[in-house]
Parts: sequence; C-alpha cells; structure tokens
Amino acid sequence: MIWVDTIAQGILLGGLYALFAAGLSLVFGIMRLVNLAHGDLIVMGAYLILVLVTLLGLSPFIAVLVAMPLMFALGWGLQKHLLNRTLGDDILPPLLVTFGLSVVLQNALLEGFSADSQRLPTDMLTTASVQIGSIALGVMPLLTFASAILVIICLNQIFYRTSLGRAFRATSDDPVTASLMGIKPNQVFAVATGIAMIIVTIAALYLGLRSNFDPNIGPARLIYAFEAVIIGGLGSLWGTLIGGIIIGVAQTVGAAINPEWQILAGHIAFLVVLLIRPRGLFPRAND
Amino acid sequence: MTYFVQTRTTISGVSTALGAAILFCLILLPFFAGRGLIQDMFTILTMLVLAQLWNLLAGYGGLVSIGQQAFVGMGAYTLFGVVILGGVDPVAATLCSGLGALVIAVPTAFFAFRLNGAYFAIGTWVIAEVVRLLVAQWKVLGGGTGTSLPRDATGNMWFVDGIKALLNIKTSAARDVLAYWLALALAVATIAGIYWLLRTRRGLALAAVRDNIEAAKSVGVDAARMKWVVFLTSAFGTGLAGGLIYMQKARISPDAAFSVTDWTAYVIFIVVIGGIGTIEGPILGVLIFVVLQSLLADFGSWYLLSLGLLAIVIMLVAPRGLWGLLSERTGLHIFPVQRRLHGLGLETSEE
Repeated sequence: MIWVDTIAQGILLGGLYALFAAGLSLVFGIMRLVNLAHGDLIVMGAYLILVLVTLLGLSPFIAVLVAMPLMFALGWGLQKHLLNRTLGDDILPPLLVTFGLSVVLQNALLEGFSADSQRLPTDMLTTASVQIGSIALGVMPLLTFASAILVIICLNQIFYRTSLGRAFRATSDDPVTASLMGIKPNQVFAVATGIAMIIVTIAALYLGLRSNFDPNIGPARLIYAFEAVIIGGLGSLWGTLIGGIIIGVAQTVGAAINPEWQILAGHIAFLVVLLIRPRGLFPRAND
Repeated sequence: MTYFVQTRTTISGVSTALGAAILFCLILLPFFAGRGLIQDMFTILTMLVLAQLWNLLAGYGGLVSIGQQAFVGMGAYTLFGVVILGGVDPVAATLCSGLGALVIAVPTAFFAFRLNGAYFAIGTWVIAEVVRLLVAQWKVLGGGTGTSLPRDATGNMWFVDGIKALLNIKTSAARDVLAYWLALALAVATIAGIYWLLRTRRGLALAAVRDNIEAAKSVGVDAARMKWVVFLTSAFGTGLAGGLIYMQKARISPDAAFSVTDWTAYVIFIVVIGGIGTIEGPILGVLIFVVLQSLLADFGSWYLLSLGLLAIVIMLVAPRGLWGLLSERTGLHIFPVQRRLHGLGLETSEE
C-alpha cells in the first residue's frame, strides 16, 4: 500500500514540475529559444511574492495575483529589449545571453536576500490533507496538480481558439510569412514571454508554499523543467505534464528506496526515455 | 606565375618570437616570484586551459556545453581514486585523469548528441549532475563530504625533492611550483594542439561545419565524426586540467569538483568576453577575468554579477568579443588560421 501512496505523491509532484516546464515549453515552441534563466526567474517570482506578502501583509494567493502583471511586464520587456536581439540562425547568442542572465539573477538575489532559506507563510491549507481510500493526499499537492492542468487547458485554449494563438502558431511555423500577414514577430514573442512569466509566477507560488527556497535553487528547477519538456516531446503541453509526472514518480520512488537517490532517479528516468525515444513520448514539432 | 596558400603573416612571425620570450620568462618565474604569485599563475593557466577547450567545443565545434564540470570533476576524482586506492604517484595520476574524463565523455556524447543545439547545452548539464550525484555515493572517496590526498602521497611526489633542492624552498611551496610547471606545460600543449588542429585539414573541416553544416557535408566532410573528435579532445584536456587543479588543492568534494559556476560559468564568461572562436580571445579573456577578480574581490557576488552583465553586453554589442573588435580594427592575428591566397597578383583571402 505504501507504493500506491508513493506513486500518488509522485504524480502530484509531477504537477509542480509541469508548472515549471509549461513556460519553458511555450517559449521554445514559439521562438525556438531555450531560456537558461527560466529556473532563476521562478525563484525570482517566489521572492517577489514573498516581498508582497511581507510588505503588504497579503495572503500568498492574493499576492500572486498582484505579482502576475508585474512578471508579465518583466517578461515582455526582457523579450522586447534583450532576448529578441539574440534571436537568429546562430544558437550561441540566445544560449550565452540567457546563461549570463541566469548567473546575474542568482547573484542579484543573493545580494538582495542573502543565501538564507525562505518560505512563503503557510496556513491551515498547506498542511491539510484529504483521505481517499487508504491514502492521504495533501491539499497543497492536489491544488498544484489542478493548477497545472488548468494552466495547460488555458494555454491550449489560447493557442487554438484565439487570434493571439493563431499569431503564435503562425510565427512559430514561419515568422517571415507571418509578418507578411501583418503580424509583428517581435511583438508576438514579447507577449509569449509575458504569458510564460505568468505561468512562472504560478509555479513560484507553489514552489514557495511547498518547500524552502534560496537564490541558488534555480538551475535545478530549470533542469527538472527541461527534462519534463524533453520526455513529453517538444511542442506538446500534455506531453509536458506526462513528462513532469514521470520525473515526479521516479523521484518519489527513488527516495522511498534510498533518500539519497531521489534526484538521481529523476535524472536516470530522463536518460532512459532519451535512450529509448530520443524525440520524447509525444513528439509533434520537428526540431 | 605560381600561386600559393599560406596562413602565416608578418605579424605572426614577430608574435612567435615574442611568445617564445614570454614562455621563457614564465618557465623561469618560480626562480624569482613568491609563492602567492605562483598560485595565482596556476589558477590563470588552468582557467586558460579550460577556456581554450570550451572555446574549441563551442566556438569551433558549435557544441555549447554547460557540462564541462563533469570532466573537471571526473578527472579530479580519477586522480584521487588512483592515488588513494592504487597508491600511484599524484604526478603520474594526472595522466589517468584525462582517461577518467574520457570514460564519462563517451556515454555523454552518446546521449547529448541526440539533442540539438540549445537542448544539447542542458543535456550536458543534466549528465554532469548525474555524474556528481553518482560520485557522491562513492563512500571510499568520502561520499558527499569529500576527502583529502593522503599525506605520504603528497609528501613524496615525483620531482618535489628536486625542486626543493633547486629552488631551496619548503615542500609545500615546491608542490605549488611543480603544479605551476605542469599547468604551464598543459596550457602550452593545449594552445599548440588547438592551433595545430585548426591549421590541418581537420581544422578546415571544423570551420566548414561551424559555418554551414549542410554545405560542409556536401563537399564530403564527415560532420558527425568531427563532433566526436572535438568533444572527446575537449573532455580529455578538461579532465587533465581537473586532475591538475585538484592535485594542487589536495582536497576534494563533489560539490566543489562538479561546480557549474567554477568550471563552466567562469569559463564561458572568459571566452565570451575575450572573443569566441579565436585562440587569442580566451587568453585576453582570462587576463580580464583576473583583473576584475582582483578589483572586485571584496564584493562577493557582485563579482560574478558584473562578469555576467559584461558577458551579456559583449554578446549583444560585439558577438566576437573584445579580441574580435581589436582584430577587426587592426587586422591583427597572433595565431592566424586564415588561409590566404598569394601570387598571380591576387590579394584575396579566404577562411
């Protein structure tokens, strides 16, 4: 019975990883940009929520709503003024600029908030659990998982039901032709990164509520997000959720066998998938 | 009328002489420099080796790796393993560290080459993490907390007695001098090796693959094979450097030996600031790195922050780095790899 419990916890943990990954997947899908600072942006989002909670005395769930437009603006500006200038045939500039950004963010957070672990204030909700059959599931993990599903549904709706989504898909397919139709690719990219930052803020909320965070944990979040995207297959958001779940289950099962194997088991699961299905489980995009 | 292709320029002849003079001074440095300077020079030389090898990967091979710490760490741990478990002399063990890195590099390449471009970068990072976590399980070498080289191994290292007698210094200082000379030899061998490679047909093939992979393939370049050659060469050299760095430190832990900041972030910044895709760039970059380090040493994380900002600005404003700016303005090449066609009244040049 303990195994059913372990696997259930793993699946719910996968929801958190899918939230980490959804923004990365969105940005990559539209502009083929891998943002190496993605993990650090999540950590920065968590600090932003923390600041809002401390300064304004808000509940984290309200603070996240305040943080969202701020993060959207940040993402929009970042893309418009910095990242758009790196896009092109050469893969070096975007990689090196976002890697530099990652290091800059980490050290700026370190300077501003010190290396001490922080945590968003918790209340009854974070420790509550519900009994389903013989296993107890935390309300917080359930909420995370539900948010991940909601985010993916919303993103799919945006992609396939709105004119913005049509612009996203058109620019993704062929920016030159799309711009002949009156779409400004740079504008579209800025909006896409803004939306990715909103997802990052949601991910940051759950990161901060569920565990401690400090300025140095960003790169590890980037790696989990990346693994989820690759396992799922590029361009498939539901695949990303499955990828997150596979990493989550591998980690909790690994931890149940030996606590030191938790992270390692997640990485091994990723390498095994890469070995068997190099293009991921549900590949769609051709890159 | 005949024509001929040559890569050397007048300047490069002058700079060869100058380089030989600098090298001569560097070899003799321990005779008049203090221990602190020798240790600083050791750091500079090992960072230069790491930078040159990363530049070979990313600047010439187009393979942006963020997992170089896997080879530094693996090289270092191989050295410690061979010394502690096998009782081998640390100097001899540094040679094994290159092989240790190769052992990891082959499966890494196998996995990472399945990923394209940007995903290759994070893929190598994941594998470095896996290696770090696996090594941390290796209890004989101290597990997660690490271990030190045994005193009898570091005390009786090859050449140390000779250096002690030659320079009339203590054992610990003689060990630093030995490490310095080895690092100097490795740096010279790395630069010479890369320069040689770039001037051979392989180097031309490499540049062709970097500039346009499809066009290169169409004229018969085996692009996949070039990627393997570059990746394994770079891993081997990085492993050697890792072994050497930790032979000098004589103390290791997985978190330090597999640190992405120390062995990859700094290295990337050095290359980007100095000038990616040139041999001169990393040399200039490592000098800037050292100057910034001594200026900002007291400001902790501000140092890394400003390095990162500088690298971002340079990538946007001058993607070929400071050396690129300089050689564009002046036409100066200390290590020319451009093939210039002379004779027939032609003065064209082609890369």
